[in-house]
Amino acid sequence: MVVGNNSSTAVTSISLTRPSLPLRGRSFRALVLAPETPLGDWFSHLDALVQRSPTLFSERAVILDVSGLAKDSLREDAAGPEAAEPAEDATDAAAATPDIAGLVDELKQRGIRIMGVEKAEPAWLGPALPPLLSGGRPAEMAPPEPAKDLELPREPEPVKPPEPRKPNSLVLETPLRSGQSVYHPEGDVTVMGSVASGAEILAGGSIHIYGALRGRAIAGAGGNPRARICCRKFEPELIGIDGLFRTADTTDPKLRKKAVQVWLEGDTLRMAALD
Amino acid sequence: MAKIIVVTSGKGGVGKTTTTAALGAALAQAGQNVCVVDFDVGLRNLDLIMGAERRVVYDLINVVQGDAKLPQALIRDKRLDTLSLLPASQTRDKDALTDEGVARVIGELREKFDWVICDSPAGIERGATLAMRHADIAVVVTNPEVSSVRDSDRIIGLLDSKTERAEKGERLEKHLILTRYDPGRAERGEMLKIDDVLEILSIPLLAVIPESEEVLKASNLGSPVTLNAPQSAPARAYADAVRRLKGETVAMTVPSEKRSLLGKLFTRRAA
Repeated sequence: MVVGNNSSTAVTSISLTRPSLPLRGRSFRALVLAPETPLGDWFSHLDALVQRSPTLFSERAVILDVSGLAKDSLREDAAGPEAAEPAEDATDAAAATPDIAGLVDELKQRGIRIMGVEKAEPAWLGPALPPLLSGGRPAEMAPPEPAKDLELPREPEPVKPPEPRKPNSLVLETPLRSGQSVYHPEGDVTVMGSVASGAEILAGGSIHIYGALRGRAIAGAGGNPRARICCRKFEPELIGIDGLFRTADTTDPKLRKKAVQVWLEGDTLRMAALD
Repeated sequence: MAKIIVVTSGKGGVGKTTTTAALGAALAQAGQNVCVVDFDVGLRNLDLIMGAERRVVYDLINVVQGDAKLPQALIRDKRLDTLSLLPASQTRDKDALTDEGVARVIGELREKFDWVICDSPAGIERGATLAMRHADIAVVVTNPEVSSVRDSDRIIGLLDSKTERAEKGERLEKHLILTRYDPGRAERGEMLKIDDVLEILSIPLLAVIPESEEVLKASNLGSPVTLNAPQSAPARAYADAVRRLKGETVAMTVPSEKRSLLGKLFTRRAA
């Protein structure tokens, strides 16, 4: 019935050609409603649940998982219309298509707004319906405890924040050679030598290079606008922070071969000599 | 037990084969027992540079695949009897080299010689990685030119990850030989300076081989430059490199051709 689900996964798109429009990903936790047939029974269960925890669905992203309807829709039609309680005006249009519009309306009447539909055929969803989602991963989310809530309706348990990440920095003792690539999605990367032309570093945090930066350095990958890039000698091929990129051609020639830091100010990539 | 040297560069045409032949001959002249091995299967050149192309019967592939024994394939140099060549096959390709076969051949060579010098093919594929696989010392050949330097940097990265020594966590000696260097042109900014190359590659310098017509002349005669023109500038630079490989401390200089004053005045060519 109510299943926790990570609705959308974080995807940071790397946009080299349009540096002024960074795309960012964000991940939210969503409640998933998976209706089962017969729908009349399912709605009465839902009503009972909402009565016990009236704020369960308020200010929550709610996803509709229609996989339970898909496999039963044929049988349901064969058994007769008595199971399909919500609006039936569209059923004759497509015999095997579950009436998602009716379901969404029915939920809206109960104050539940659907953000997206999961596990549906694209053809089932008209333009007026919430978009089709895919790629959700299950996440833990405690269902409300039924017995105690009867007397004392209370706030549903808050979504647990993810475990605080341990500081996770990577130190490279040797120079990064052409063709080598370091991807460190969480935390800072420190290189004690140089980063050669044709080498690249992608870091979730900041990048510190105690030699020359001649290759590519991308800090704050995955959405960290506070990440920085610092290097002793600035001759990069490409630098980027949190989805904003600059190639060597578009950097200030006065900074070349100097000690430089790069940071993000609003939506602008700023760079300045360190000394 | 022999020391295994790989002569490698990433980029083609920078002087790997010339360097292999010159170092091999110079080591043999110094009394060492040397074998030069051509790993450039399908594009074999070392036999030509060594002047042994008319004496090839069996080759590296035959030995790797067990069709011939190692002594049958080794060609002893006519000028220096401590110098041998293991030629490559011209009719096969690099896929004919097997990991086990190469390991076995290198193991046998290690028993027989003081130095084994493997001439790596260009590129970063199977031939190049197999040539460097068992090396104790890598000689990286680079021209004073940006693409060659970047490719050498790539090869150094592979040397630090794909060789047997690197995988065992042991140290692989890496040295740089800068070839085709012209001090005048470097001074005028027409080619990279020695310091620029060293700063980018950050490995110790073994020798700077000056640009010289003696190199091409020796190649076409089928004789390593250290044998063909021992007093020429490149031959002296290679001889210094060999002394450094053997552990001697030799001051780093860029040898230049000894020319008379008149010669200097009249043979000045356009760069």
